Amino acid sequence: MTVSAVASPPVVVTIGNPNTGKSTLFNALTGLRQKVGNYPGVTVEQVSGSARLGEREIRLVDVPGTYSLAATSPDEIIAVDVLAGDIVDLPPPAAVIVVVDATNLRRNLFLLTQVLEAAVPVVVALNMTDRLAATGVSLDHAELERRLGVPVVPIVAAEGRGIDDVRDAVAVQLDTPRIADLAINPRLDAAVAMLTKELAKDPLPARHLEVRRALIDVGGYAEQRLVARHGEAVRARLEALRSDIGSGRNLATLEARDRYSYIQGLLDGVEQRSEVTRERARDLADAVLNHPLSGTAIFVLVMALVFQAVFAWAGPLVDGIDYLTGACGEAATALLGNGLVGSFVADGVIAGVGSVVVFLPQILILFAFIIVLEDTGYMARAAFLMDRVMRGIGLSGQAFIPMLSSFACAVPGIMGTRIIANRHDRLATILAAPFMTCSARLPVYSLLIAAFVPDTRYAGGLLNLQGLVLLALYLLGILGAALTAWLVSRLYWRRPRSRFLLEMPPYRMPSLRAVLLKLLSRALIFLRRAGTIIFAVTIVIWMLASFPRAHAPTTAAVAAPPTLENSYLGRLGHGIAPLFAPLGWDWKVTAAVLASFPAREVVIAALGTIYAVDTEAEDGTTTLTGRIREARHPDGSLVYTLPMVLGLLIFYAYCLQCVSTVAVMRRETGTWRWPLVAWCYMTALGYGGAYVAYTAGNALLVA
Amino acid sequence: MSAALTALSPGQAGDICGFTSDDVQRLMEMGLVEGTTVEVLRYAPAGDPVEIRVMGYALSLRKAEAACILLDNVRPA
Ligand SMILES: Nc1nc2c(ncn2[C@@H]2O[C@H](COP(=O)(O)OP(=O)(O)OP(=O)(O)O)[C@@H](O)[C@H]2O)c(=O)[nH]1
Ligand SMILES: [Mg+2]
Repeated sequence: MTVSAVASPPVVVTIGNPNTGKSTLFNALTGLRQKVGNYPGVTVEQVSGSARLGEREIRLVDVPGTYSLAATSPDEIIAVDVLAGDIVDLPPPAAVIVVVDATNLRRNLFLLTQVLEAAVPVVVALNMTDRLAATGVSLDHAELERRLGVPVVPIVAAEGRGIDDVRDAVAVQLDTPRIADLAINPRLDAAVAMLTKELAKDPLPARHLEVRRALIDVGGYAEQRLVARHGEAVRARLEALRSDIGSGRNLATLEARDRYSYIQGLLDGVEQRSEVTRERARDLADAVLNHPLSGTAIFVLVMALVFQAVFAWAGPLVDGIDYLTGACGEAATALLGNGLVGSFVADGVIAGVGSVVVFLPQILILFAFIIVLEDTGYMARAAFLMDRVMRGIGLSGQAFIPMLSSFACAVPGIMGTRIIANRHDRLATILAAPFMTCSARLPVYSLLIAAFVPDTRYAGGLLNLQGLVLLALYLLGILGAALTAWLVSRLYWRRPRSRFLLEMPPYRMPSLRAVLLKLLSRALIFLRRAGTIIFAVTIVIWMLASFPRAHAPTTAAVAAPPTLENSYLGRLGHGIAPLFAPLGWDWKVTAAVLASFPAREVVIAALGTIYAVDTEAEDGTTTLTGRIREARHPDGSLVYTLPMVLGLLIFYAYCLQCVSTVAVMRRETGTWRWPLVAWCYMTALGYGGAYVAYTAGNALLVA
Repeated sequence: MSAALTALSPGQAGDICGFTSDDVQRLMEMGLVEGTTVEVLRYAPAGDPVEIRVMGYALSLRKAEAACILLDNVRPA
């Protein structure tokens, strides 16, 4: 690596309304793979990448979408901060690409005119131009460019059309900036200029932006910032200027009216809408999918289908891979012998990591469904249908999509709560999200269900018992989440009314390429986890389970088998086992579960390794499923009885075994208090639930 | 004669003539200003939330909030 003395490349930011294709354009310009999806609020943090404009390099920044610079939620605040240059280590943008949805120009121009007033060089990327005809809109973009005074570039970001034109326009704006001069409300402009000069020695354009927002948004985020920086005196000054400009009227109301009547004039003769050509297909789809009855029925059906698919479709693949890992283990033993190396490969790597990788097909089927839901626009419809339920448990409607994404993983789910403006609503969602059944729980559930739940089929093979048990576990997670959200909302019952304001995106046909790319990236994430954290823990387990080795006779050819009971792991496990004995666990299960506190899937790797090392229990089966079926207590009774397995499943449904979730909770709430509370609460719930299931189950079996 | 938005049935449309709440900044920023035409598209199960069409896009919002929006010139479906 050489350290270059070249000045850092200019910062260019893509800003715009939610779901207008900012991240799609960002990806096209940088070659990166930021997440794209057909619902508002996909991007919730700022992301940088480098892009080339001919010879020159720029630092492109993608930010969350926002309808206005009057930021209220954490994600909107990020977008405004990037624009205003208020982010550490990120210089203010030298140019801004405002991405607007050409089929919805009127509303998109609201934000555009706000950005134009910030006096930065702007390029307008007129996106979604492929949908103009279908929506009955025709545009004269050259005339719009003339009226705005900044370049307007029609593009189709999803197909990569017009991207080079965007590059050229940005390069020109960086070299010879053209700045729009709107003068929508001259009195306001004058007041902003005056106050900015009073407050700062260096009246940067960015400062203008903050002062303008502080003037308009009474008690808002910008006002708080100004007061924090310049003292209480600013508040009185703002008040005086407000009553001066508005003569008693609310400036925010005034801003909206002024801006929309300005936009009216701007679009007159530029945009033609034929009212007759409404999107018939969309109306029809919405009439079915958003209908109170058919919509709800379809929602339930879709969910049921997902669980059936996970078992019925992935089952054969999982069995196949499972058989293969078993065969590999045997081959390794045959090749490398029973010594230390052979045991490491067969019992550590293959039996440990291999038994987790087995579940890749199921994870991918789950993700395929989630991706299709995200890309078609169905997520927003489900949110619409389920909002009444969300309100019943005290959650904001905005919480639905973060909760649904927690089915994939709680980490993006918790980050997704940034779209929620209300602090307490957001906290309730953050605490509830880890209850949703994430994809890391899926392998654990699958292993136990496949081993202990018979594959009985009902309704002519349409439903199977394994799928139904899985569905029940997902419902158990949802129940935990609902209860938690409800509890938190009781605690903060005096909070202001929460809202649900969701733009319904158009339906889009997901492109096969996009779906496959997303699937590939999910598969890589899964494999990377298996290769790093799971691999590392497996090695530790294998070492603890394999040492100290029984003294090998120095001369004899037969290596004495290590006795698992006397290994470090065995001693450790025996020490802690009494704590979990009330749940029916032996020391092996206890050790494996404890090892999985950093990440849930580890339990499978740990069990795989422990039973593989345990040569005394050798009985011919080589798959993990077979081994856990045969596992016995010292008194000869089976370890995995039905009540014990049920308890174990409940333990995994409720316990917070995930360091990444704990870390993201800490980051998003800003204190250790909430992750700590969540961890104790969830662990207690998991243990309590498992205990109840085990004792009640045993009582029932005896009776 | 003005009516609250939530008094309309699906298919009906009207023009915004005012608000009964001060907490409407975001609604106005999203285009719900005086004079804008709003069409009620549908209500969710239990009648809440409501989905409307405004300026060519669809927006859903809770009934409590929608009830603050006053419409005149209400037209039948
Ligand atoms: N038809 C069409 N769809 C597009 C185009 N560009 C992007 N899309 C789709 O629009 C949706 C939104 O794209 P994103 O890039 O995630 O939008 P965004 O502006 O980053 O959204 P947020 O991060 O939620 O603010 C995705 O489904 C894209 O595939 C386009 O030019 N035409
Ligand atoms: Mg985005």
